[in-house]
Amino acid sequence: MARTPPRRAPKTVQAWGFLLPALTWTAVFFVLPVAIMAVYSLWKRVGNRLITEVSLQNYENFFAKSFLWESLVNSLEVTFLVTIISISLAYPFAYILAEKVPERWQRLALIFAILPFWTSYLVRSYSWLLVLSEGGIISNFLLDTGITAEPVSFANDRSATVIGFVHFFVMLLTLTIYANLRQLPRNYRKAAADLGAGPIRTFVYVILPLTLPGIMVGAFLTFVLCIGDYITPAILGGKRELLLPQAIMLQIERRSDFPTASALAMILMVVVSMVYLACARWLKLDRL
Amino acid sequence: MKYSINQALAGATALAAVSLLATQAVATDELNALVWCDHTDPALIQPFEEKFNVKVNLKEYEGTGAALAIVEQSRPGDWDVFVIDGVDVPGVVESGLLAELPADELPLDDVFEAVQMRDMTFKDGKMYAIMEKFGYNVISYNKDKVDPADMRDLSTLWSDKYKGRIAVYDYYIPLMDLVALKMGIKPSEITADVLPAMREELFKLKDNSVMVGDVVASSTALAVGEADILIGGGEWAVSVLSAEQPELDWVLPDQGGMLWSQSIAVFESSEKKDLAIEFVKYIMSPEGQARLATSSCFWGMPANSKAKELLTEEQRAALRWDEQPGFQANSHRYFIPDAELDTQMLDVWAEFLQH
Repeated sequence: MARTPPRRAPKTVQAWGFLLPALTWTAVFFVLPVAIMAVYSLWKRVGNRLITEVSLQNYENFFAKSFLWESLVNSLEVTFLVTIISISLAYPFAYILAEKVPERWQRLALIFAILPFWTSYLVRSYSWLLVLSEGGIISNFLLDTGITAEPVSFANDRSATVIGFVHFFVMLLTLTIYANLRQLPRNYRKAAADLGAGPIRTFVYVILPLTLPGIMVGAFLTFVLCIGDYITPAILGGKRELLLPQAIMLQIERRSDFPTASALAMILMVVVSMVYLACARWLKLDRL
Repeated sequence: MKYSINQALAGATALAAVSLLATQAVATDELNALVWCDHTDPALIQPFEEKFNVKVNLKEYEGTGAALAIVEQSRPGDWDVFVIDGVDVPGVVESGLLAELPADELPLDDVFEAVQMRDMTFKDGKMYAIMEKFGYNVISYNKDKVDPADMRDLSTLWSDKYKGRIAVYDYYIPLMDLVALKMGIKPSEITADVLPAMREELFKLKDNSVMVGDVVASSTALAVGEADILIGGGEWAVSVLSAEQPELDWVLPDQGGMLWSQSIAVFESSEKKDLAIEFVKYIMSPEGQARLATSSCFWGMPANSKAKELLTEEQRAALRWDEQPGFQANSHRYFIPDAELDTQMLDVWAEFLQH
């Protein structure tokens, strides 16, 4: 009698079985909260009452009230500035780390590179405030060296916010770019050299395009984390201007106006999604 | 006899475990309180815990909205004591969250008249909360850097004299109330019609300021020298530093100031109302009041005037105790606008932040 092979679940059932935990997680902790937020954004808060009548009033207000859309413009300006500066600093750093530092020292160098991650985000922001403020290290150095006659402050404006962000995101970008650089086979450089390309041409036409996924992944993470951050601008920016997360918090903190806050958060999410779509072709996470 | 490190560690761990068990065994009951940070000072809480053999679990929050969200997400009976912003008491009483307090067992007659606020804490003849601490949103300053006499005139902050040296406390209600006082308008008379003029005043103030910040950020700006003046500040921002930084001071300007107050209440859903009321009575006692007034988080005037004798001369000076009669007479309660005006005021404040 011929033995029948053990019955196995069809491949599609197996695949769904593997996917189910991830799908459940995403549905419960992402799709559902976003759906609730979307519904809230269509409601209204009047005084202490929540009006569940559906309208686009909160979205209309965003475009009608200049301080609200200006807060998005400010957020975009700060975020792009931080992303560009962070890439400019992180790329050479990652390149030196991957190409110039002897392999046995690279791990140690990487640990030093990510040291700032080990400090609390809040502590790091307040530390920068002490460095940049009038009685801080920079001001004292300028005074001691006679460069300035009066104490100077670099805190409480946009540049302080950007410095605080860049300090954090340079490390993040360094890691993604370094990982990408390390994956490049040595043969590519040799092949380029054999074909007569100098170091600069090799970098511009071979290395840089091949490390674009690392740059874009790091840049996208920087963009997402930076545009939604509330703490750093609140501590270092001195509220000299309103960024979108601060505008959202203003609605919640003072008036518990969750509908308006939800509408602003939805707009923020749309912006992030648009940026994702714009750079999706370069976002190859498997290359890291 | 020699002990190894492992033995020592094992001994220490066992000792810690025994201590923990002992603590749990000693504290037979628990009280859960939603509080402001000043209540988390062990010097304030420990005497009550020891006297009543109880563990007081304190949950600190910022903003009544956040506290109400916590209550909404909790089961009835989870919370026993509620420390709440004075201005929010009527709304919370209206919502039925608070239990009646035994008015005859609380020292209401010893409470400064300015903060008895019976119209806010009583409903239908029943008492639901009692003010426990108060102070002012006025001007804090560094007296080494500015002329203290100037600080008694609000309009100085709009002149060029201290341009770039001013921090602004980021809370639109008391700040816009102060702007109204500077304009010669009583806070209670703020209407939509005066908002355009107030916006211009706020913009001028922004031009003169170095930063706008919440409680921590604005106080820090003054303490580290980033700013020399904090508008909206008061004893709450500087008095706790009176020993370390005596140059920091505060004053109520001649145009007047805003009176803040915090109250204490018991939740209607509490299953330990008797113990919760004992806690309220302790907080309102002269001893509790003196400790609360000089809490390590922030200082403020004790609502119970009898706490005076338990405060040192330096502490009373930092709180400007002797000037209280004048300050209380020249201060106003927070103006609570209706929903529409509130939205308009917050919009003006957001424009100010964006300016």
